[in-house]
Amino acid sequence: MIAALIMILVAVGTVVFHFMSPWWWTPIASNWGYIDNTIVITFWITGVVFVAVILFMAYCMLRFRYREDRRAEYEPENKKLEWWLTVLTSIGVAGMLIPGLFVWNQYVTVPEGAAEIEVVGQQWQWSFRYPGKDGVLGTSNVRLISDENPFGINPDDPKGQDDVLVSGDDMHLPIGGPIKFLLRSIDVLHDFYVPQFRAKMDMVPGAVTFFWLTPTRPGTFDIMCFELCGVGHHVMRGNVVVEAQADYDTWMQEQETFAQSVARAKSNSATAVALQDRPAQ
Amino acid sequence: MVDAAHDESAIVPPAEVEEMELFHPQSWVTKYVFCQDAKVIAIQYSFTAIAIGLVALVLSWMMRLQLGFPETFSFIEAEDYYQFITMHGMIMVIYLLTALFLGGFGNYLIPLMVGARDMVFPYMNMLSYWIYLLAVLILVASFFVPGGPTGAGWTLYPPQAILEGTPGSGAGIILMLVSLAFFIIGFTMGGLNYVVTVLQARTRGMTLMRLPLTIWGIFMATVLALLAFPALFVGAVMMSLDGILGTSFFMPAIVQFSEHLEYGGGSPILFQHLFWFFGHPEVYIVALPAFGIVSDLISVHARRHIFGYRLMVWAIVIIGGLSFIVWAHHMYVSGMNPWFGFFFATTTLIIAVPTALKVYNWTLTLWRANIQLTIPMLFALAFIVTFVNGGITGLFLGNVVVDVPLSDTMFVVAHFHMVMGVAPILVIFGAIYHWFPKMTGRLLNVGMGHVHFWITFLGAYAIFLPLHYLGFLGVPRRYYEMSDTSFIPQSAETLNAFVSVIALVVGVAQLIFLFNIAWSLAKGKKSGPNPWKATSLEWQTPETPPGHGNFGPTLPVVYRWAYAYGVPGAADDYVPQNMHPDQVATGEGGGAPAGAAAQPAE
Repeated sequence: MIAALIMILVAVGTVVFHFMSPWWWTPIASNWGYIDNTIVITFWITGVVFVAVILFMAYCMLRFRYREDRRAEYEPENKKLEWWLTVLTSIGVAGMLIPGLFVWNQYVTVPEGAAEIEVVGQQWQWSFRYPGKDGVLGTSNVRLISDENPFGINPDDPKGQDDVLVSGDDMHLPIGGPIKFLLRSIDVLHDFYVPQFRAKMDMVPGAVTFFWLTPTRPGTFDIMCFELCGVGHHVMRGNVVVEAQADYDTWMQEQETFAQSVARAKSNSATAVALQDRPAQ
Repeated sequence: MVDAAHDESAIVPPAEVEEMELFHPQSWVTKYVFCQDAKVIAIQYSFTAIAIGLVALVLSWMMRLQLGFPETFSFIEAEDYYQFITMHGMIMVIYLLTALFLGGFGNYLIPLMVGARDMVFPYMNMLSYWIYLLAVLILVASFFVPGGPTGAGWTLYPPQAILEGTPGSGAGIILMLVSLAFFIIGFTMGGLNYVVTVLQARTRGMTLMRLPLTIWGIFMATVLALLAFPALFVGAVMMSLDGILGTSFFMPAIVQFSEHLEYGGGSPILFQHLFWFFGHPEVYIVALPAFGIVSDLISVHARRHIFGYRLMVWAIVIIGGLSFIVWAHHMYVSGMNPWFGFFFATTTLIIAVPTALKVYNWTLTLWRANIQLTIPMLFALAFIVTFVNGGITGLFLGNVVVDVPLSDTMFVVAHFHMVMGVAPILVIFGAIYHWFPKMTGRLLNVGMGHVHFWITFLGAYAIFLPLHYLGFLGVPRRYYEMSDTSFIPQSAETLNAFVSVIALVVGVAQLIFLFNIAWSLAKGKKSGPNPWKATSLEWQTPETPPGHGNFGPTLPVVYRWAYAYGVPGAADDYVPQNMHPDQVATGEGGGAPAGAAAQPAE
């Protein structure tokens, strides 16, 4: 009796908790509302099954409690019932899978003309590379990485000279247009995730991975690493600023290109060498 | 001609295989230490698994202390935290759950339930345990080497697992990999035993479609393990080579902390494929024995046959087969070719159908049953609740696009704890309460059982249900602390503190269980040979606990399936598998020792 009532309470309590929970999605800031919708569909289908199974179980616990003078019904199989349950379950599963695959198809299909931005992960910080005026990112190689060239950009590739580099500062994104994120890591696995964007992908050393989204809401959001990357995993944070195109363009003007950073590094080291060579007075 | 599994038959096939000769213990050492009796090996496995499992329990307290009360405990640094989660996960999945279900329950129940004298290769079976113990000791040793145990997460993903910046990236990870290799070698010795025993050593009349579902579950799980563990073995060997010899199986060109490392050309994702080719079947290696055992617990204590036995068997087989083509659903956002998502999402959701049918059949078994709410039954029913809950969240994560925002959040942690932590462990408890009388001749105390059950079930549910919602919020897993994160409200911290307190309470409640075992061993109520009035062969042994060789002078002969409860026309509400059809109506010889049952008609 009490056991059955507790089971009912567990089912009802779970549903109440679901609707009362103060913990839910952060308000979305990208085009991936489809994902949220798929989750709502999944919640309804699975929620009905969850409640139905437990309530049925609790009913049996109450109704068919042990009595010395009773025997259980002997009906080892019921083909018809088993078929019905198979078909209904399959329909329920298809009801979740089909919308899911439909949205996944959008997720893996980057729209024509999406702007490309590179995110580089390393223990335990983020850097960002924008393609510059020519709209194309220069080639890069981990082997070329040095203090003067932290992105490993190929210095002989003219497309890389105007690439805009942002290290140790916020990422900026223009609102409203599709953006393809090209993801690189130079050491271990990382994962670029902004909870308000809903979209993420691991960053794998030795490979370039990608995903795309369209920012839809201005604001400053947290970038978090979502793949364990060592003792500093939890402090691998950053910010992304989503802003109007004009503000974005202004910001972009102030950033340094690869060519500029190389020139600056050269003059710095020239100064350093000059200082070293200065004869002792 | 037998049409259906539940049809009774007086026809008994002739014996095909000679009775095996047993190596009877000669001394205290061969009886209790280097013993070849599967029942002793089972108890050795179980004690070792539970002992190392208690270590994992304490580790989980430590990590809950950190999550619930960050910046409070100065002895838990980030390094420690990552070591705790790694060792907790690996111990629970491999060294506790796999070892206890297969090495523990498999060894104890397979020979008894199929009507065999022992495992077919008793010497190898003994070696299996000692190699398992060696693996556990190597694992424990990693706590005491410089740098401590590995903190790479239980998935041990390279490159970080063997690079600086990860705790235990020197000796710790190597010991972990060596320990896993030994575990797999030991398991293979035991696993071959389980499979061959089920296939070759069943007693006369015990057809495959008369096997108790416990045996089907353990059998299929063992087949999965024999096929899946080699992938982990290969991964462990290759990663050891990367770590020790500097090969580059999994290591691409890397610049770490401004230093060019001498690696190049390897693939980190290759390791993930190997790991999950093992790792996903591993979920079912734990789940299938739980499915099987819970079927038997429900049937026995509901005094009714399992509903749809043949469907239950085929569901186990189909789930086992499908479990080999779903592995990359753990890798949707790993950077593998995204088009894989379509295939793996489809196979993953298909696997939900046979799984759901099993759940329906468990509950349909209760329909018009005669339910005794014993302690094993309560655990079995609680399993249904937690398994359904954890199963449906699997439908979220398996549906590729839904996984994108949820992967690596607390939702994942909550999901797998509910489905392959809480649910199977509830079955383990139920099974111990159920078979303890056979193993010792005494019943576990019911009062303590109730306290243990309710705290464990409701507590575990209260721990893991709310964690799903932190995952929706975007709280990542494997974060030592959240510090300031703009979108995470203060209430999330309160929730974490609440969960941590409950976790401590549930952990402490396990002491009641351990005390119950110790107390009942000495003072428990005498159970007799068959306290639950169950039909399967282990309850029909002439001695309780069964002696070496299990069944006295003559092996039992089986006439029917293991679910003859409430059979119309029978004298009792249960008919043992080995009761001759002529005796069913009168009940004579019911529950009598197997050797005394009537001889088969030749």
